[in-house]
Amino acid sequence: MAEVKEMNNQAVLDKLQFKFADAIFNVSEPFDLLTITTSKDKVIEIIQFLYDNEELKFRFLTDICGVHYPDQELPLGVVYHLHSLTNNIRVRIKVFLPESAPRIQTLTGVFLGANWMERETYDFFGIIFEGHPDLRRILNVDDMVAFPMRKEFPLEDPNRTDKNDDYFGR
Amino acid sequence: MAHIKLGDNSLEKETVTLNLGPTHPATHGVFQNILELDGERIVSAQSTIGYIHRAFEKIAEHRPFYQITPLTDRLNYCSAPINNMGWHMTVEKLLGIQTPKRVDYMRIIAMELSRIADHLVCNSVIGVDSGAFTGFLYVFQKREDIYEIFEEICGSRLTTNMGRIGGFERDFNDVAIAKIKKFIVEFPDVMREFENLFNRNRIFIDRCVGVTPVSAEKALAYSWSGPLLRSCGVDYDVRVAKPYCSYEEFDFEIPVGTTGDIYDRFLVRNEEMWQSLSIIKQALVKMENEPKGIFNAEVPDYCLPPKEDVYSSMESLIYHFKIVMGEVPIPKAEIYHSVEGGNGELGFYLVTDGGRAPFRLHFRRPSFINYQAYVDIAKGGMISDAILAMSSLNVIAGELDA
Repeated sequence: MAEVKEMNNQAVLDKLQFKFADAIFNVSEPFDLLTITTSKDKVIEIIQFLYDNEELKFRFLTDICGVHYPDQELPLGVVYHLHSLTNNIRVRIKVFLPESAPRIQTLTGVFLGANWMERETYDFFGIIFEGHPDLRRILNVDDMVAFPMRKEFPLEDPNRTDKNDDYFGR
Repeated sequence: MAHIKLGDNSLEKETVTLNLGPTHPATHGVFQNILELDGERIVSAQSTIGYIHRAFEKIAEHRPFYQITPLTDRLNYCSAPINNMGWHMTVEKLLGIQTPKRVDYMRIIAMELSRIADHLVCNSVIGVDSGAFTGFLYVFQKREDIYEIFEEICGSRLTTNMGRIGGFERDFNDVAIAKIKKFIVEFPDVMREFENLFNRNRIFIDRCVGVTPVSAEKALAYSWSGPLLRSCGVDYDVRVAKPYCSYEEFDFEIPVGTTGDIYDRFLVRNEEMWQSLSIIKQALVKMENEPKGIFNAEVPDYCLPPKEDVYSSMESLIYHFKIVMGEVPIPKAEIYHSVEGGNGELGFYLVTDGGRAPFRLHFRRPSFINYQAYVDIAKGGMISDAILAMSSLNVIAGELDA
């Protein structure tokens, strides 16, 4: 039997950097969770590699969600949380997209469970997952035109005069 | 949806469309499924969700941390304390707050009680949907007892808003401890009776065994977690995989199933209740061995001062307002923390920018992720099995729609 090596963040990162040297930027470890940023062209390939690799086995998709950073050059982020149940280690992968063309490949080819997570991300951030089998709104009404989790979307009707939250800073 | 033309092997020419939900007594919540039926067999199905979407993630971006706790109550309202404490622990991890051991044990008692309450609802409702009402009535007495304990601990029952960042607002009082002890004594009898009613019940077994089985591969592909994943034979439990709140000190087992059918889901939840009971017993002993009177961490910047002091001392009043208004230092960070909720891995992905409210807060809601497999597993089966499958998934509308 091959010697079982303790898998840690550094080992995962080494493997990734060996394979995708020029597609991995901004490596950090906030609260011990390996976080990398990659480009939208490479992300599915990287996740597929993490899934297929016999030592890594990242075969549990914990979550997909969007984040909107209006001040960034590429404001729309998609954040993937993957979990390797056999090694008990997680990894977070981020991709940033321009607001003008928020398009990214779907992950449903790797994980069936990505289906609704991507629909939710589309619903709230307007990120279009190309190749998704059924990309419709999921929690909001179908005829909604805005993407409500983007920062410019107000929480409440801005024309209201009966309520002033200025003192509360929100 | 368009009707589907049926072949010669069916009596019907084409399928019949049936709207199951959004308000249907058999769905136990606001879910709509548009079914295409060939007789009683489901040919295709489409889920529509979002009927009670309340924009929690958007609201959370405009609220200081304390005001987010009531939002978490309303995710999985069958086990609200787990959500509350999951959120508080996320914030504690962010702020680097170390909670005293006694607080951890108190939390574990509250969380495991809510797990029992959650599983009681689910399993007894499986009974109701398969035509056995009695068990439901028997165990709801015990669920009531759990809610009475919550009432003693925090003053409310269903949406508890329990605890504070750093611990609890007050110590468990003597009545609460007495009620927990009474529950520990009385629960096994009720649970045994419940199991006697179902586990070897011929009708129940016929309705459940081999119905909507899910393989481990499929469960993982669908990102299932919690009792559902374990019923398929995967022993993933956040309490063991990434222990939080001193779970590593406790001795308990993770029950797993083999076939992932409704019967396995039922048995896994039953066994988890026994394990939870054992954890509560251990936690109570450990708690009593700790020095009395400690019920939160020493973090005056984040933990609300006692109400009596707020009314009588200036400093406490200032702190109270500072905390409620979110005028406390929050580091700029990004964090993912997860706890084992009633339905699986309940995760909090929190991004802060130093402001009083989260920059972004995403809830990984197990019901939302588990439920997407429903159409897949219901397809091809009978409509009555689909009803039972839905109750065995324990989809909580609040958690589904956020």
